[in-house]
Amino acid sequence: MDVTSAKMIGAGLAAIGVGMAALGVGNVFGSFLEGALRNPGAADGQQGRLFIGFAAAELLGLIAFVVAILILFVVK
Amino acid sequence: MAAEGSDIDPMHQFLVQPMFGQKLVLHGYDVSFTNSALFMFITAGLLWLFMLGGMQRKLVPGRWQAAVEGMTGFVMDMMQTNIGPKGKPFVPYIFTLFMFLLFANLIGLFPLGIVPGWHPFTVTSHISLTALMAFFSFGIVLAVGFWKHGLHFFSLFVPSGTPWYILIIVTPIEFVSFFVRPFSLGLRLFVAMTAGHILLDVFASFVVQGINSHTPLGAVVSALSMLMIVGVSALELLVAAIQAYVFALLTSLYLNDAINLH
Repeated sequence: MDVTSAKMIGAGLAAIGVGMAALGVGNVFGSFLEGALRNPGAADGQQGRLFIGFAAAELLGLIAFVVAILILFVVK
Repeated sequence: MAAEGSDIDPMHQFLVQPMFGQKLVLHGYDVSFTNSALFMFITAGLLWLFMLGGMQRKLVPGRWQAAVEGMTGFVMDMMQTNIGPKGKPFVPYIFTLFMFLLFANLIGLFPLGIVPGWHPFTVTSHISLTALMAFFSFGIVLAVGFWKHGLHFFSLFVPSGTPWYILIIVTPIEFVSFFVRPFSLGLRLFVAMTAGHILLDVFASFVVQGINSHTPLGAVVSALSMLMIVGVSALELLVAAIQAYVFALLTSLYLNDAINLH
């Protein structure tokens, strides 16, 4: 298999990791909404932590995206 | 992405080029005035104008002053929640950081591209800028930590109440995760902006290719892609605001670690 084909396949596999990050981010927001619907008064106070959780989950997905970009554009 | 075979290149929008066709080289260093520099100046100028409109100091604020006061109140509230009263000296830095990144992200989405050749440049889509801001924040965190606590700052990596055999494993992990912070901070904003703009450009290329194909199916593809661009632009506006907020929020959390040491 030549390098270009391997690069394409590798980038495609790395994109699966980005999809898994979508699951993670959805989990964070879903749990927040579930708790907020049970206890609306406490929801506004926890918004900061919601965004911290979102940032952490999103970061790992973005790292997978960076791996795909590295494979596509940096590997000779 | 690069195998279009045509003139459409999603990565061309991120190219840093000298403005007005003038390259300026000083002692072997390229210091030409680039589109990146132009848009940073535009961001700073708009931010300055925004703040100027809020400094009328009326007792009952008008709309502009209320908007500025809303932003400052938002940032001060966030810092009060995350750091407490000791965070007051850092409000100007976090406010500047937040507003600059917010304006930079939003200006990158501005629909100036209708005028040919006038498409805006997202300055935060380059790791050089975001990593610089992240390292600046991290440098402030380190400086504050060592100034306030001296060598006791290293107790940050040693959670209290853990037995010694777990400490041997946990302390290096804590140490590494602390020093990864500036990289993750800069990377998060950079990739979010870059990925969003690549997505928009790919859908735009679908519109162009659909029209160029001169077929009914191409027209349908163009119309649907245009709708996707509208939806993704709305999402990108939200992501621009959220990423600026997350940068400022995480910086204030790291400052809290340095000031209050858990």
